[in-house]
Amino acid sequence: LAKSCPGQETVTLYLRGVALRGRRPRPAPPSTSPPPASTSHPIKQEDNLTETRLVSHSQITRLYSRFTSLDKGENGTLSREDFQRIPELAINPLGDRIINAFFPEGEDQVNFRGFMRILAHFRPIEDNEKKSVAVSEPLNSRTNKLLFAFRLYDLDRDDKISREELLQVLRMMVGVNISDDQLGSIADRTIQEADTNGDNSISFNEFIKVLEKVDVEQKMSIRFLH
Amino acid sequence: KGDSTPVHILVIVFLILTLSKKCNYKPTGGVTILPPIKPDNGPQAFPDAEKENMPVFTMNYSRIQIPFEITLWVLLASFAKIGFHVYKKITVWVPESCLLITIGLIVGGIMHSVHEEPPAVLRSNVFFLYMLPPIVLDSAYFMPTRPFFENIGTVLWFAVVGTLWNSIGIGMSLYAICQIEAFGVQDINLQENLLFATIISAVDPVAVLSVFEDVSVNEQLYIVVFGECLFNDAVTVVLYNMFNFVAEMPVVEPVDVFLGVARFFVVGFGGMGFGILFGFTAAFTTRFTSRVREIEPLFIFMYSYLAYLVAELFSISSIMAIVTCALTMKYYVEENVSQRSCTTIRHVVKMLGSIAETLIFFFLGVVTITTDHEWNWGYILFTLLFAFVWRGLGVLVLTQIINPFRTIPFNFKDQFGLAYGGLRGAISFALVFTLPDSIGRKQLFVTATIAVILFTVFLQGISIRPLIEFINVRRTNRNLDTINVEIHCRIMDHTIAGIEDLCGQWSHFYWKDKFMKFNNQILRKILIRDNRAESSIVALYKKLELQNAMEILDDVSGDIKNVSFSFHFLAPDLKNMHDILSKNMYKIRQRTVAYTTKHALPNESQSKEILIRRHASIRRSLRPGSFQSSVVPKSHKYFSLPAGKSLDSKFPPGMTSYAGELRFSFPC
Repeated sequence: LAKSCPGQETVTLYLRGVALRGRRPRPAPPSTSPPPASTSHPIKQEDNLTETRLVSHSQITRLYSRFTSLDKGENGTLSREDFQRIPELAINPLGDRIINAFFPEGEDQVNFRGFMRILAHFRPIEDNEKKSVAVSEPLNSRTNKLLFAFRLYDLDRDDKISREELLQVLRMMVGVNISDDQLGSIADRTIQEADTNGDNSISFNEFIKVLEKVDVEQKMSIRFLH
Repeated sequence: KGDSTPVHILVIVFLILTLSKKCNYKPTGGVTILPPIKPDNGPQAFPDAEKENMPVFTMNYSRIQIPFEITLWVLLASFAKIGFHVYKKITVWVPESCLLITIGLIVGGIMHSVHEEPPAVLRSNVFFLYMLPPIVLDSAYFMPTRPFFENIGTVLWFAVVGTLWNSIGIGMSLYAICQIEAFGVQDINLQENLLFATIISAVDPVAVLSVFEDVSVNEQLYIVVFGECLFNDAVTVVLYNMFNFVAEMPVVEPVDVFLGVARFFVVGFGGMGFGILFGFTAAFTTRFTSRVREIEPLFIFMYSYLAYLVAELFSISSIMAIVTCALTMKYYVEENVSQRSCTTIRHVVKMLGSIAETLIFFFLGVVTITTDHEWNWGYILFTLLFAFVWRGLGVLVLTQIINPFRTIPFNFKDQFGLAYGGLRGAISFALVFTLPDSIGRKQLFVTATIAVILFTVFLQGISIRPLIEFINVRRTNRNLDTINVEIHCRIMDHTIAGIEDLCGQWSHFYWKDKFMKFNNQILRKILIRDNRAESSIVALYKKLELQNAMEILDDVSGDIKNVSFSFHFLAPDLKNMHDILSKNMYKIRQRTVAYTTKHALPNESQSKEILIRRHASIRRSLRPGSFQSSVVPKSHKYFSLPAGKSLDSKFPPGMTSYAGELRFSFPC
């Protein structure tokens, strides 16, 4: 990990300290590790720095401990099975979808950086961050939090929640006592409320609009990621 | 409407109780008695014997008196409990402990007016030997272990240092008050004050839990208060004995203080040691009980009670012994015993704990009326004040010190909950009664303790819920006008719960990892009968699936869930939809409430449904040719697989894995 992310100096130092104390991560097999962030690419570098600023260093150590404890194969990446081993996720109705959110398109393994990227979405928004105008929007902004939730529905990534996708998620969320007709009506009503352009699906902007009064910043934040 | 029936039954049972006391005489006159049986050594002559007829109807009350009265008291308390739940609204605002004390007060008042003595339940060994163990066992058995071990540093910190702080602070302040002539309590010296302060600074698990169950505080807060209650017993025992001993001595030497500290360690670690010892023995025993399934639950109770009694024998902290025993035992025993035994154990533990708690509060009310009181305005009011103030200060100071070491620091709301939730209860009550009579002002202490208990339980108990809700008011108002908001908010809650579980444990990771390795390699092999190293989710799933299968088999009409609709849904009525959703959407995993509802067993049906659904969807997706079918079963649609690779992704051996999503198209 220290080798694969050359652009992040502060993170690297910290991780080296941890690596010496705990288990050494073996270098990931070349086929599955993402290409190292090249220092010559300015936008990517800024992206890295923005990410690392989002989670404080003490949390990075802890998250890294958790990462290595989940990584039974000890190859520095997590697969879906590693996540499925967490029992509480197994009985979470959206467990599979949450796990899936960690894996980028078409990938089967996630490294620590990817892991952190997703968790950075859930950092609480501090007041001073709200006012600052960052070059690239931080991962834990309201829009990005909403995008995370949106993507739980929208599996085919066409930026629309269709009726079927909505029905799938609804079925996962309710008990066995609701019939399909009832659920279908609820889904229809949901789309009807949100849909403003008449395409019978909910786009991301419509999603944002319908949740404008909800305190998403507080709902989608985890305290210990401060 | 039948609401008055419990009241009628209560009155009848109560009358029987009072009258039965009066029946405690040797029946003469109109009732025939059996002639005394003499050993037959030869023809005995009864020179004055009259010829008596065969007795047709006899009554021998004294023989059954004790069990009879016990049963009646238990029944009376249970009817009171039934009666409360007839009016749902009452139990929402007033915790059950308050209601029970009130009923106890009424009954005590009646008994006092007919000059009856209530049974000596709270005065003597009966409380400590028979009534307290079931409650502690109940709390310890259903304690959520993972959050407990994550927070164990904080728990011990508050339990030990907090209790010390409270005792010494309250004791010193009261001694200062005693110096003031106006209150007339100058004869209480420092040791006696400290002794009294120790008694009333003990936060009581029974009272706290019965109040916290409805108030949804966050998990960290809950576990710290809970743990603190259970573990401050060690400190209380040591301080109590120490000050008791010292109160009779004229001079205190530094050696005694040092011995006191040494004794604390003996008490604390001794308690834990005994607990662990008995826990492991119980686990080991259950390894061999596969042929005697009927008596499996017995071992749990016997071993934990044994731990308690042995600790009492050595005057070390018996509560800690029984708590550690239950914690150690539970994990291994639940793997060894059969499903039925597991259910039985849980049910009986809950039942015993519930009854003991009910009785304790009930008798608290009864005995309040019937003891002799000595009231002293100054002393008692200042006791109340100091108890409150020192607890608040203590929480504030201690939190400041320990917050840097915590992953999730306590904010001010949490600290308020922690301070306000420090209720005193029956343990203080029993302790004050066991004070030696050599203490001159014992009655005053008794009265003061009762005052503190009643104040905290009633005032703090009733007001804690509205206060916590008031503090937790969100910034934005809940706008449930749209279905969208309801659904999406639930999605977000589930997501957050999932991510929190995913991030998992934080502190002491190193030790936990070591312990788990030790556990897997050594302990499990010794203590568990059928030891296969399976992952916890597979084990959990198997257990639930098995339970579910058994229930389906037992269920005569099969899968009746689909039949039980009470209304047929026609028009998309908004209110109807909200109702349906709020009743049927899965609740967020509540790590604390599920385990701590005092009056219900943990409810696993939600987990079962989700797990079975996942299993079915995985199984269906693995069936050959299933990706081609577009017909989905009408009753249940299990769609939990996300997009990803198609079905020909790799399947790791031995574990069910993801397959592709079932894509299908609805006619739009």
